[in-house]
Amino acid sequence: MITLYVPCDSAALAAGADDVVDALHAHAQAHGVAIDIQRNSSRGLFWLEPLVEVLTPQGRMAYGPVSPEDVPGLFEAGFLNGGAHALSLGLTDQIPYLAKQQRLTFARMGITRPLSLDDYAAHGGWVGLKNAVAMDAAAVVQQVLDSGLRGRGGAAFPAGIKWRTVLGTTSAQKYVVCNADEGDSGTFSDRMTMEGDPYMLIEGMTIAGLAVGANLGYIYIRSEYPHAIATMNTAITLAESAGYLGDNVLGSGQAFRLEVRKAAGAYVCGEETAMLESIEGKRGIVRAKPPLPALEGLFGQPTVINNVITLASVPIIMAKGAAFYKDFGMGRSTGTLPFQITGNVLQGGLVERAFGLSLRELLFDFGGGSRSGRPIKAVQVGGPLGAYVPESQWDVPLDYEAYAAMGAVVGHGGIVVHDDTANMASLARYAMEFCALESCGKCTPCRIGSTRGMETIDRIGTAANKEQQVHLLRDLCDTMLHGSLCAMGGMTPYPVLSALNHYPADFGLEAKPVSSV
Amino acid sequence: MNKPLAAPELLLVSQLLPSFQAQPGGLLPLLHAVQDALGFIPANAVPLIAEGMNLSRAEVHGVMTYYHFFRSTPPGQHVVQVCRAEACRSCGSEELWAQAQSLLGCGAHETSADGQFSLEPVYCLGLCASSPAVQIDDKLHVRMNEAKFKTVLAKLGSAA
Repeated sequence: MITLYVPCDSAALAAGADDVVDALHAHAQAHGVAIDIQRNSSRGLFWLEPLVEVLTPQGRMAYGPVSPEDVPGLFEAGFLNGGAHALSLGLTDQIPYLAKQQRLTFARMGITRPLSLDDYAAHGGWVGLKNAVAMDAAAVVQQVLDSGLRGRGGAAFPAGIKWRTVLGTTSAQKYVVCNADEGDSGTFSDRMTMEGDPYMLIEGMTIAGLAVGANLGYIYIRSEYPHAIATMNTAITLAESAGYLGDNVLGSGQAFRLEVRKAAGAYVCGEETAMLESIEGKRGIVRAKPPLPALEGLFGQPTVINNVITLASVPIIMAKGAAFYKDFGMGRSTGTLPFQITGNVLQGGLVERAFGLSLRELLFDFGGGSRSGRPIKAVQVGGPLGAYVPESQWDVPLDYEAYAAMGAVVGHGGIVVHDDTANMASLARYAMEFCALESCGKCTPCRIGSTRGMETIDRIGTAANKEQQVHLLRDLCDTMLHGSLCAMGGMTPYPVLSALNHYPADFGLEAKPVSSV
Repeated sequence: MNKPLAAPELLLVSQLLPSFQAQPGGLLPLLHAVQDALGFIPANAVPLIAEGMNLSRAEVHGVMTYYHFFRSTPPGQHVVQVCRAEACRSCGSEELWAQAQSLLGCGAHETSADGQFSLEPVYCLGLCASSPAVQIDDKLHVRMNEAKFKTVLAKLGSAA
């Protein structure tokens, strides 16, 4: 019996993984070969999906991207024994794209079967939770503080400080809420985590629950991720029957339960207070702060809110210690970030590396340049509210502070590549259009400003008084930046102004010395 | 605009209600359950939902219409979602979007005249490394191009 692995991640399914599995089974059966196909998570090398791996005495050998038509040829080439074929990639671990990574959070990705409790435990799972159970709550919070872990969702607020605030409250009911409303274009690390390593998120949330004294957690998952919702729901049930969740977590005497809440397609619900409103069954309208959610959050109770990758980073911190984690990264950006290289790029995928590498390394050493073969013109970093980064800035280290200093954001680590056919004025207009579409409507700069922004960008293209229109647009962006209630309106100017500053020709303007955002 | 709610559908909504009445913040899960069962949330179900959840009709209507995911009219036989966010734009999603509108003869949030296809824009399916992405019913498609899109739609159209 030879073991094969074909991922069940939705990006692999979309590339036809199920058809490949059917073709492998059919061919093996017809030729009397015994094979066992395991559905693992994805390695995150998406240009190679569907990636088929064969377990050999030397290790896992990879072939990809495999289509059903390739299957007979693979058998003829003796791929079950690691035979050479045009699609051969050698030992999976030695594929340079993977070998050059520092996978801490994504260590199991592509290796284990998502819902297998045995696989999870065999690959370092639950160690962090067991350590946490043996410590007192304040010590767990101290570990997270010491690790320097900052919110991976965008705002980069130190996770330990939120936890300490919630721990310090005396309320009888506290909550842990996982923000899995990953709506930024160019990001999929949350989706991969939930579909590929759901117990890691469960473990991280349970540690958070024990640490702050919360007995209930919600995972708010976007409706666009049905596979993630299904996997998380099953994983919660299985983890509960195995004693990792429930009335008495691993014999700690503390209760912790989890519930998945399905979002309904509002981008702004990725903002933490809008998300709380949504979980409460209301329209996802942003709340004014204070009060901080850590003091008065979900249903008015103290609430830890972190995003998926933040919570998923906690198990390894608790397993290996704060010092281990803090050794990665630079300055105040400690640890690793799963960067996601997307858009017009040859080798799109997930690259987990310590903070401090450059965009140029990601674009060329990993990404292999544009998919179209044309020069890369602009790179949007940090989602739809992130700045467009021009080539002159591609050597700046990816670090929260370094990016902030140039008026950009690292955000959720999403990187969208555009080649030289992209029109930056039209992408700037799209940023305003998206804001108009998704604004919750509570504050005026965002609700009205986004529509006025679209109109003004249109007029820059057509009006005779271009310079005056540009002045108006900058003025409007200033109002949105400083007057909006949340990042939706407050950061939409980032892509708009960076496009305007770095690519004036696309707006029909003469190049001028670049002013910062 | 909405077709009247037939009695069996009304019954279904009232049967769903008890599971959500005690749930904190149960309105969204209830609306999801109704839409999962019926394909949409009929306007005439609003009073029933409001009464069952101890909310005003305005609150229920407000929530239903706030979220892009909830629909108040029945969808076509197939729902075509084209991602129009940045990573897909960088690889030609706007051309796919224009193609979908002309092939189906309808615009965003509309249904083709033969009732077969509803067209929806979507802002990110999380498949950004293999863009452009399209979802048709439950099936995801990546690295979509105009020729492939046409074939997939034609196959579905003739099968119906």
